[in-house]
Amino acid sequence: MKIDRAHLDKIAHLARLEFDEKDAEKMMQDMTAIVDWVEKLKEVNTDGVEPLTTMSYETNMFREDEVKDHLSHERALLNAPKKDNDYFRVPKVIE
Amino acid sequence: MNPAIRDKYTVVIGLEVHAQLSTRSKIFNSDSSLFGSAPNHNVDVISLGHPGTLPKLNKRVVEFAIRMGLACKCDITRLTIFDRKNYFYPDLPKGYQLTQDRAPICKGGFIAIKTKDGERNIPLNRIHMEEDAGKSIHDDHESDSLIDLNRAGTPLIEIVTEPALRSSEEAGAVLSEIRKIVRYLEICDGNMEEGSLRCDANVSIMPKDSTLFGKKVEIKNMNSIKNVQRAIDSEVERQIREVEKGNAIISETRTFDAVTGKTAGMRTKEELNDYRYFPDPDLSPVRISDEWLAAITAQMPPLPNELFEKFISQYHIPDYDAGVLTEAKDVAMYFRSTCEHTKHFKAVSNWVMGPVKSYLNEFGVTADEFPVPPAKLAELIELVEAGQVSYTIAAQRLFPELFKNPNKSALEVARQLNLLQDSNQESLQPIIDEVIKEFPLKVEEFKKGKKGIIAMFMGEVMKRSKGKADPKIANELLTKKLKSL
Repeated sequence: MKIDRAHLDKIAHLARLEFDEKDAEKMMQDMTAIVDWVEKLKEVNTDGVEPLTTMSYETNMFREDEVKDHLSHERALLNAPKKDNDYFRVPKVIE
Repeated sequence: MNPAIRDKYTVVIGLEVHAQLSTRSKIFNSDSSLFGSAPNHNVDVISLGHPGTLPKLNKRVVEFAIRMGLACKCDITRLTIFDRKNYFYPDLPKGYQLTQDRAPICKGGFIAIKTKDGERNIPLNRIHMEEDAGKSIHDDHESDSLIDLNRAGTPLIEIVTEPALRSSEEAGAVLSEIRKIVRYLEICDGNMEEGSLRCDANVSIMPKDSTLFGKKVEIKNMNSIKNVQRAIDSEVERQIREVEKGNAIISETRTFDAVTGKTAGMRTKEELNDYRYFPDPDLSPVRISDEWLAAITAQMPPLPNELFEKFISQYHIPDYDAGVLTEAKDVAMYFRSTCEHTKHFKAVSNWVMGPVKSYLNEFGVTADEFPVPPAKLAELIELVEAGQVSYTIAAQRLFPELFKNPNKSALEVARQLNLLQDSNQESLQPIIDEVIKEFPLKVEEFKKGKKGIIAMFMGEVMKRSKGKADPKIANELLTKKLKSL
């Protein structure tokens, strides 16, 4: 499958990434190669095989419904680039 | 809107109802999920989505979701997994929401509703488990958006109906039924104003003869059942007006404004929805064994519909009474317990719907906290039915006294306050004779055929017996005496 410019722009938007215009051609080639490589797997006959959703055989790893000590408010906000006494502050998301 | 134009279209509605589960802790970590804490206090590294942290599923969330599934007659998925729904928004710290896409815990099932058109089962598509996002505050006076992550990771179930509803009335009925069920199951407090029960509605229209659904519009931001109905009605009218003008409906998300009663397109920066769901590799699959399912089934409380049917068939009370009594579980249980102590079921219904419910409303308590236990209310009802206490005296004087005398029987309290009715002919006869002697003119009127005058005599007898005369006996004695004159 060929990754074209529309694909590239969509993926960049979904990942909120910007790229240098002059790298666009190279990226499309690389991504096409990756997708082609993965598509090789389609050659395997998977009739009657349930899709694999996990790499582990573990099931039912539960917690009991108990409240435990957690992070203090101050430490929770500590690494925030912008904050006030109560909240994380982010650029306005609604006009 | 002109009904003739309205009638050209069929309305198609599907609901997505989010119920916040009343667990103590969050779905994937042990933060408190209590509503109303100070901002960003119930947050740990998992709620905040710090790198390298791993979620661990709260077992009670699974049990609550299964309860809802059983109540709605869903198929319970025996091997269920979580998926990531990927999108960026500041109140979603990980950049994805843990939810269920390909193997939701419950599939199918239905919600039974009653509307003026009769009874109908509204089919469900699914019920799945997921985590809630945090809360964004967009204040006009602030240059930033403020983020509170207390709610991030609060457990939700999402109940998704098929696009099978045809009116706002049905939407309201589905929503109130869901609210009733989650409250009976004690898995969610059902409070729409505080947002513990939220509803989005997908609305489209199509010409009456069409089988092809129109483009659907999702409406959000409705904090009451009434507003859900208003939003749907206004959105339906908007879509019909657009189509009548020859305009196409755009698939979009619109928000409801309770002040104007209208929906408006949402202007968010997130225009492209491509959630790229995939199985979450951090959470192990959940396998629901026969034993576990049986244990949850065994603990299911009675459901409102079952009680409604039972109250009608077993206690022979009217549909209306059964509806009122099953509105909330505590009241239904109180009614049922009281009926175990007396056979006067309709009287129990009247007492519970009347004086008991007034008390509960006035003091803001549930029937579990009501100071008169069912057995004692039954005793009071027996006294009234046996004619030992008049209904008025029982309701106005004896009933309030029962609260103050928790250790005495209703009969003891009635005796102590001298409220027992006099049905004894020997004590009533002198009062009747006295009254008749005092009002010779009235007796003459009676004899001339003014039978209604007996009410005046009864009034006097009741007054002189201080309300304790048994009205039936007194009336008999009085009539007999007057006719003999």
